[in-house]
Amino acid sequence: MSAKYRYTLGDRTYRFKDLATLMARATPARSGDRLAGVMAETAEQRVVAQMALAELPLRQFLQEPLVPYEEDEVTRLILDSHDREAFAPIAHLTLGDFRNWLLSSSATPAALTALRSGLTPEMVAAVSKLMRNQDLILVAQKCRVTTAFRNTIGLPGRFSTRLQPNHPTDDATGIAASILDGLMYANGDAVIGINPATDNLAQCKRLLQLLDEVIQHYQIPTQACVLTHVTTALEAMAQGAPLDLVFQSIGGTEATNRSFGVDLGLLAEARDAALQLKRGTLGNNVMYFETGQGSALSANAHHGLDQQTCEARAYAVARHFQPLLVNSVVGFIGPEYLFDGREIIRAGLEDHFCGKLLGLPMGVDVCYTNHAEADQNDMDNLLTLLAVAGCTYIMGVPGADDIMLNYQTTSFHDALYVREALGLKPAPEFEQWLLRMQIMDEQGSAGLHRGLAPGFAPALARVLDADSDVGESHPGGSGK
Amino acid sequence: MNDNSPVIENPWQRLRRHTSARIGLGRAGISLPTSRLLEFQLAHARARDAVHLPLDVPALLAALPPWGGDALRLQSRAGDRTTYLQRPDWGRQLADPSRQRLQQWAEDNRHSQPDLAVVVVDGLSSRAVQNHTANLLRALQGVLSRARESWCLAPLCVVEQGRVALGDEIGALLRANAVLICIGERPGLSSPDSLGLYLTWQPRRGRTDAERNCISNVRPEGLSCRDAVTRLLYLLQESRRQRLTGVGLKDRTDDGGKTLTAAGTAETGSNFLLGRE
Repeated sequence: MSAKYRYTLGDRTYRFKDLATLMARATPARSGDRLAGVMAETAEQRVVAQMALAELPLRQFLQEPLVPYEEDEVTRLILDSHDREAFAPIAHLTLGDFRNWLLSSSATPAALTALRSGLTPEMVAAVSKLMRNQDLILVAQKCRVTTAFRNTIGLPGRFSTRLQPNHPTDDATGIAASILDGLMYANGDAVIGINPATDNLAQCKRLLQLLDEVIQHYQIPTQACVLTHVTTALEAMAQGAPLDLVFQSIGGTEATNRSFGVDLGLLAEARDAALQLKRGTLGNNVMYFETGQGSALSANAHHGLDQQTCEARAYAVARHFQPLLVNSVVGFIGPEYLFDGREIIRAGLEDHFCGKLLGLPMGVDVCYTNHAEADQNDMDNLLTLLAVAGCTYIMGVPGADDIMLNYQTTSFHDALYVREALGLKPAPEFEQWLLRMQIMDEQGSAGLHRGLAPGFAPALARVLDADSDVGESHPGGSGK
Repeated sequence: MNDNSPVIENPWQRLRRHTSARIGLGRAGISLPTSRLLEFQLAHARARDAVHLPLDVPALLAALPPWGGDALRLQSRAGDRTTYLQRPDWGRQLADPSRQRLQQWAEDNRHSQPDLAVVVVDGLSSRAVQNHTANLLRALQGVLSRARESWCLAPLCVVEQGRVALGDEIGALLRANAVLICIGERPGLSSPDSLGLYLTWQPRRGRTDAERNCISNVRPEGLSCRDAVTRLLYLLQESRRQRLTGVGLKDRTDDGGKTLTAAGTAETGSNFLLGRE
């Protein structure tokens, strides 16, 4: 037999042909791995694979790349940047012992920070496969990752949001209305980030201008982003557009990234261009990345890996560019990758854990599509679990309904729920602004003033006056 | 407004005339007021029902206009909705009996080479198909009958548990020059019954999405059947003239309008937050 990994249980010997197969068989069930044909064939085989994985020395991951070094620049990045000194304290451990160590009191926040550069994404993905949801939460909670641009993201006791004011035609008034709504609900400290309706350069520049003017006019200690392709961002910067953060979707293999039209060199070029603009006041984290389990398979670029391992490898790409923000868009890609609420919840916790352990400012787009077996209760569950785990940020859209991308993510209200239930606060600089603008009051973590903040009253009066001038005086807001 | 109400209304809710986003919902404490919560639940319930409601094929066939002979009722390889949602690859292949049916048709009609095969597919919203295909096909029939060139039509195919690319295999078996797929789109919370139209020149298995033209969001609140058919006729005639579909065939029916809308909204900078409105 050519099987490299074997495990004998009773009178039966299970065989796994290589490390990638062993990892895939050990992965909790999900539809994307079934679609890829890499999932465990039986429930017993899955646990046996986990048992075999638990006995594997961590060092094996440095000797057996899951995607060949010669073929894949992500593998080269992972192995070439591995810090043997940081790895030394755990170099003697098996994966099973590594899990025990992570859960022990030896794994303090300081120890976990020191360990980061010694961990590869494959080690982190593998140990997550041995962990229950509560383990993923407990260990993530001990990871401290702080980043900064115009405010400080990720401090303990803080919980941030991306204000996502998308509009199906990029209508400036529609976008402004959603920004106002979000700010009045104390959202937007991670970033105000628009997914544009098209990747059109002129349109992206106008949106960047709009966001920059709003942030400057109201002196909001936050940053803006138009989530366009990195090449569009480069052109916009070359033409003098006011760009704070460079966005890009990334994956865990070179071929996945190629399907997104990027490589490491291009990302480095974009980061350099953004750094030269020197627009950050408190820090220089200028990148924003999104990821999601299933992207490699959908690009047919998964090299036989399970989707969670591919996802963790994307975090090595992200880590290299010292991002301000990274989030997995966990339920967006659809039920062929994560079938139901149970699978989405598990994946959300895994992604957050893996990102945090590798040192990323990890947020999660807690979301689902209408053809997934999921609903708002599943999202409430994942949201609460992530908040307990110390998730850095979530999305905020009006009423959880993204009218441009046609999916449901977390709402402005959802963020306030988390802050109220767990006593969390927004980023400190943003919190001060909310108090100064009389949006939030001093009482409690999610205390909002009753009325419209005085600083925004002239703007609202302006638009409502304009409406009555054109004879649209009927009261709005009657719902859909 | 009642001062004793536990619901705090938002004065900016009047901005909802400017966007379909769910802004200004108000709050009970920091949570959604009951009425807003139930509005959302209703929208989600409709979108969910749209995904799971089976296509009523007999009712659909009765409503459709006569079209290229007796309609053919077909199935994809995905036998039920759960399989369909998890195996997109099976939704792109015909079930064996359906394939045999089409092969039989091809044999019985050896000299037939239709200009167009229309394939109606439930997709992710049977409601879109149930509600809008009859109107769409009646309108299409009208414009085709008045068109300069004559259109030889293959029998209408109605497919359950199908995806867009299934039209490639069907079109090829029918020896059609072009295939038009009318399919229920992934339902959004505010658009549970949106129909998508995909046109593919010289359909055969393995065509990519870059080789198709798409008209999306066909529903009364989106693109009307009449406007959709105007665009469709343009694409049909141009695909026949240029012998292609996809990125090489641009929909120029409303280029001017599109550019104007995009430029008009952004360049006038009508953003009230900055005091330019």
